[in-house]
Amino acid sequence: MTTATPANSVAYVAPETLPSLPPPAGIATTFWGRQFQTYFGTRGNAIISILCILLVLWLAPPLLNWLFFGAVWTGNAAACRAASGACWAFIIEKFWFSIFGLYPYELRWRPAVVLAIFAVMVAITVQSRFWRGEIFYAWLVALLVMWTLQGGTIPPFGIPVPGLDPVPTRLWGGILITIFLAVFGLAVAYPIGVLLALGRRSKLPIVKAVCIVWIEFIRGIPLISLLFIATFIIPLFMAPGFDLDRFLRAQIAFILFAAAYLAEVFRGGLQAIPKGQYEAADAVGLNYAAKMRLVVLPQALKITIPAQVNTFIGLFKDTTLVVIIGIFDFFTTLRAALGDSNWLGFSVEAYVYAAAVYFVLCYGMSKYSQWLEVHLNPERRR
Amino acid sequence: MEVGTMSVSEANQERITQSKTVWYNDAQTRGLVFQAMLLVLVVVIGFTAYQNMIANMAARGLLFGFDYLGRGAGFEIGESLIPYTATDTYGRALLVGLINTIRVAIIGIVLSTILGVFLGIARLSKNPLLSGLVGGYIEVIRNTPLVLQLVFWYSIINAFPRPREAISPFPGFFLSNRGLKIPWIEWNDALWPVVWAFVAGIVATIIAARAYKRKQDETGKITPLWPTALGLILGLPALAAIAMGWPIVPTIPVLAGFNFEGGATLTPEFFALLLGLTLYTAAFTAEIVRAGILSVSKGQWEAGRSLGLTDGRIMRLIVLPQALRVIIPPLTSTFLNFTKNTSLATVIGYPDLVHVSNTTMNQTGRAVEAILIFASIYLTLSLLTSAFMNWYNARVALRER
Repeated sequence: MTTATPANSVAYVAPETLPSLPPPAGIATTFWGRQFQTYFGTRGNAIISILCILLVLWLAPPLLNWLFFGAVWTGNAAACRAASGACWAFIIEKFWFSIFGLYPYELRWRPAVVLAIFAVMVAITVQSRFWRGEIFYAWLVALLVMWTLQGGTIPPFGIPVPGLDPVPTRLWGGILITIFLAVFGLAVAYPIGVLLALGRRSKLPIVKAVCIVWIEFIRGIPLISLLFIATFIIPLFMAPGFDLDRFLRAQIAFILFAAAYLAEVFRGGLQAIPKGQYEAADAVGLNYAAKMRLVVLPQALKITIPAQVNTFIGLFKDTTLVVIIGIFDFFTTLRAALGDSNWLGFSVEAYVYAAAVYFVLCYGMSKYSQWLEVHLNPERRR
Repeated sequence: MEVGTMSVSEANQERITQSKTVWYNDAQTRGLVFQAMLLVLVVVIGFTAYQNMIANMAARGLLFGFDYLGRGAGFEIGESLIPYTATDTYGRALLVGLINTIRVAIIGIVLSTILGVFLGIARLSKNPLLSGLVGGYIEVIRNTPLVLQLVFWYSIINAFPRPREAISPFPGFFLSNRGLKIPWIEWNDALWPVVWAFVAGIVATIIAARAYKRKQDETGKITPLWPTALGLILGLPALAAIAMGWPIVPTIPVLAGFNFEGGATLTPEFFALLLGLTLYTAAFTAEIVRAGILSVSKGQWEAGRSLGLTDGRIMRLIVLPQALRVIIPPLTSTFLNFTKNTSLATVIGYPDLVHVSNTTMNQTGRAVEAILIFASIYLTLSLLTSAFMNWYNARVALRER
């Protein structure tokens, strides 16, 4: 009987507290000692550290010289050619061109306001305290206003607005095009992606087949071929005499592309929802639409938000591919600026500038997605 | 309804049967109707598009068909692995493009995987200098568009000096605005015996490995494989080469006049594309490898150490096999992306499939056919890659009861 005599069940109890042992030999106790051990503790580690330091010493001086010390910030192309570093004067000269492209000079206040609206909306949306239903309607209004201001007509039917000169899309350019492609692409692709994801998991065979073919076809071909299709084939599919704007066609291709990729992200979310949630919704008598809208989708969309942001970063980077079909997004506009006969031969500067802009935006988004991941899962926060 | 004449449960039964008979509330009927509507919609859109396409093409004097593939192309292609001249057909031109695509895809996938695995492991290094440098590289590469990186490398290569002042980072390697010159090999008839000896060496090594494994299972004694492997895989071909004559002659590029002679050339386009795609994809592979290794729990390492295994053996025998299960599926999509990303070659003028198709399209006006051809080729390549990787994934997957 072990339960009867609890005191006897303890085999051994130490009679006194043992003195603490000295720290193991060979582990540094001072700050600098620890630093030394981190970098040069073992032979392998020391070799790695020295190689890294040598690499930095080899690369840094010429890079820093090119980027800053030898660079030319003001002046003309001749001054740049004489210098050993980069020609930032060229970038400063072309800065506004890279933002607005060929947009009529005297109307540039309009894209400037569009950018401002966009910046404010983004600044509001990223803060969790504004996450309410209203933000959704605010975005709808903002997108409509943005397009109306940029084009001078109300989309999608091109109703003219008194007081605003229409500006055709072929005059749009610069970072505005990049933002339009990415933001409108995402806004329209999002609901389509949800429908595709639901369709792919549907029990109805025809719906399922259509969705699978769409998703797998688009994910199986490069975005370039989709852009080619938009440029060369969609016009052929239209009734004779009916024409669709080139930018709109690229936008449509982009939407189809984004929808297929988002659909796969959403499908992952739908699969991760426990079966019990579906069954519970059935048990309270919800029909399919209500079950999805009220029970499944809110959870599935929430858990995939980090993946959605990552997909969005990919899509944002992919907007540069419109260079193939001659639409002047940020990158293509900069390439066009390279053709200026007064400033020939500064392509590396232009690409470094473009890379820096994309990097800041994408890196910001990826850091935000990491923050979201923690913020959305308070139970996992440590 | 007269409740009085029937029991409550009968009344309920009645209601349920009645509600089932209202056809538009019946899930099955609704599903059928909905699907029929979708089918009609798809067919109508498809048919209208096809009709319009035929009409539009007819208006331009074109008839849908692939007969143009047999006609003379009349344009030159910068680089080709098979003989090609401007008098060859469009079909052959497309084949040249396809081979160029596959060439860059295969070399690039191999290189980027090797580089990616090293970077992924280096990212996990305990040395903050190394992991920091690799981390910086990965973030910069992953957060800038690939097209931008390709044109960047291309303009860097074009900014290299002329061949006479070429930069030589290693002996035998020359960087100039004509691309990268590397030492290469030429072979003669004695090559085949050596190749067969090499294959025989590999087979013998596999047999030896099995025998050693059996010995280890029976006696617990580990016989190191690498001396045997080295002897068989290198020794057998060496013997064959001594017996049959030396099969391989290295050719090293030498500056002669205004250009190089000997060696092999990576054209600026190919070099920029390979470099850009490899560096880009390696960054993604590195993150996948890192996540895979991190997914193996620390207890596995500790268990391995308590068995007395060395770190290298723990990595190879315990951690990597488990990490592979996590690594393979995302690596598959990375390979697929690589293949699709080769289509960006057209931006820097490397004659890949899309580039050749584009030229074809501009010359013949056969946009629909040309796009149909290259889209289906990419689709086939994608499906093949993903089928192979699914098969491999099933092989390494966890075998659960």
